[in-house]
Amino acid sequence: MLDTLIFSLVVAVAVGVSAGYLGSIMVLEKMALVGDALSHVALPGLALGILFGFNPLVGGFVFLFVSAVLIWHLGRVTKLSFETLVGATFTLALAIGILLFGDNLDALEEALFGDITQVGLTEAVAAVLISVAVISLTKLIHRKIVLGLISEELAISKGISIARTNLLYLLLVSLTVAIGIQITGTLLVGFLVVTPAAAAKIVSTNLSRYWTLSAIFGAISAVSGILLASYFNVVPGPLVVISGIIIFVVAIIIRRRLKITS
Amino acid sequence: MTTENTNDNYILNVSNLTVEISNQPILDNLNFKIKRGITLAIVGPNGAGKTTLFRALLNLVPYTGKIEWNGKMKIGYVPQVLSVRDIPISVREFLSFKNESESDIKAVLASVGLDSEEVVDKGLATLSGGQTRRVLIAWAIVDKPDVLLFDEPTSGVDLDSEEAIYGMLRSLTAKNEITLLLISHDLHIVREYSDYALALNKCLVFFGESKEVMHPATQKLIYGEPICKEYGDIHA
Repeated sequence: MLDTLIFSLVVAVAVGVSAGYLGSIMVLEKMALVGDALSHVALPGLALGILFGFNPLVGGFVFLFVSAVLIWHLGRVTKLSFETLVGATFTLALAIGILLFGDNLDALEEALFGDITQVGLTEAVAAVLISVAVISLTKLIHRKIVLGLISEELAISKGISIARTNLLYLLLVSLTVAIGIQITGTLLVGFLVVTPAAAAKIVSTNLSRYWTLSAIFGAISAVSGILLASYFNVVPGPLVVISGIIIFVVAIIIRRRLKITS
Repeated sequence: MTTENTNDNYILNVSNLTVEISNQPILDNLNFKIKRGITLAIVGPNGAGKTTLFRALLNLVPYTGKIEWNGKMKIGYVPQVLSVRDIPISVREFLSFKNESESDIKAVLASVGLDSEEVVDKGLATLSGGQTRRVLIAWAIVDKPDVLLFDEPTSGVDLDSEEAIYGMLRSLTAKNEITLLLISHDLHIVREYSDYALALNKCLVFFGESKEVMHPATQKLIYGEPICKEYGDIHA
């Protein structure tokens, strides 16, 4: 039991840091709901994993990955926004996922809300390795994305390929969401991408503080959610969300008290 | 495509440049050449293709014809609109996207008339319109370009700051031997602060010395019904 808690906390730190950091870009891109909706795309993959006896998280990641590439490609072809395309894709995925789960309601509940009792050494090591890879790759592209947000022309004139950068970014989000599902489930994992970054943004006047605080708030939300869930013996997802919302409210108070403008 | 030209007299030679978007001509068969070190103002009514010309020079839009830069050019570009309102980014962070040297950042801020200590850690979104334009000029020159393309250098700036910014641009480009191409709506500014003016109205309608832009006949050419001219052998 203690082992499971320790492994869960390791996964929580890994997921919280990478989701917070990646989410900081998503919040700047005004794509917060994209992260949330994208997480549901994993559902059919999780169902296939359970049906055919392979690791559901691998199935979830494959579905996220394929959907991200599809969304990226359709965005280029149709010029529709990511939000529109993710909106269409995630409802389809949700529908297929629910059909595939059929009457296996326990498994569906686990996929939707997460189950930390399944987290072992392998999952913890995988989460740390994936998180390190995600953070390293995000560091390579975060400035490019910000420059593209400030002015697409400036970015292109500096030789930055916005389409390629966006694709890599979507793939990194897919990876992070796939490992985050263990803690919060598909229903709430989007929260870890959105709220810590939103809280960090309202108390930040520069990018380095914003990125650092997003990662820290993500980790605190995830870890405190797990600890509280362990103490009250409930699923951690909702408590991760409540912890994150408390951080968000405190950030608003700090902003008002310190009269932070950014 | 952009190619190189060995003729030393000119920094840029544009021939038969045409840009079409959705089969609509935005720029039609432009021909002109410009010499190193001059300031060229691009003028014309709204929708005349001024920004599109910059985008073609930067290879940001597909075009037909030739754009020949004389050798490998480092081109600085400052767009008219920046979306910094929702991004918590400091002046230092913005400039460090191009040049991470602390001393270069301080020097370039001083060269555009900003107190480095005062502004370097401020959020870009918290600066006044005039300060923002100065930071943009700093951004454009921090990596020492040969050519600077500036779209409406003083948009969003009050009149007092406008003169100061153009004066500063003139001394900076002269000191650093930068060829400056700027888009402006203000013909008084064009006359005062540029050497030559190129007027567009889809095609080239005027190309000559900037002092001529205040003549009624020239203004009729610039803002009247477009009469396309060939300026291939005339240069600035």
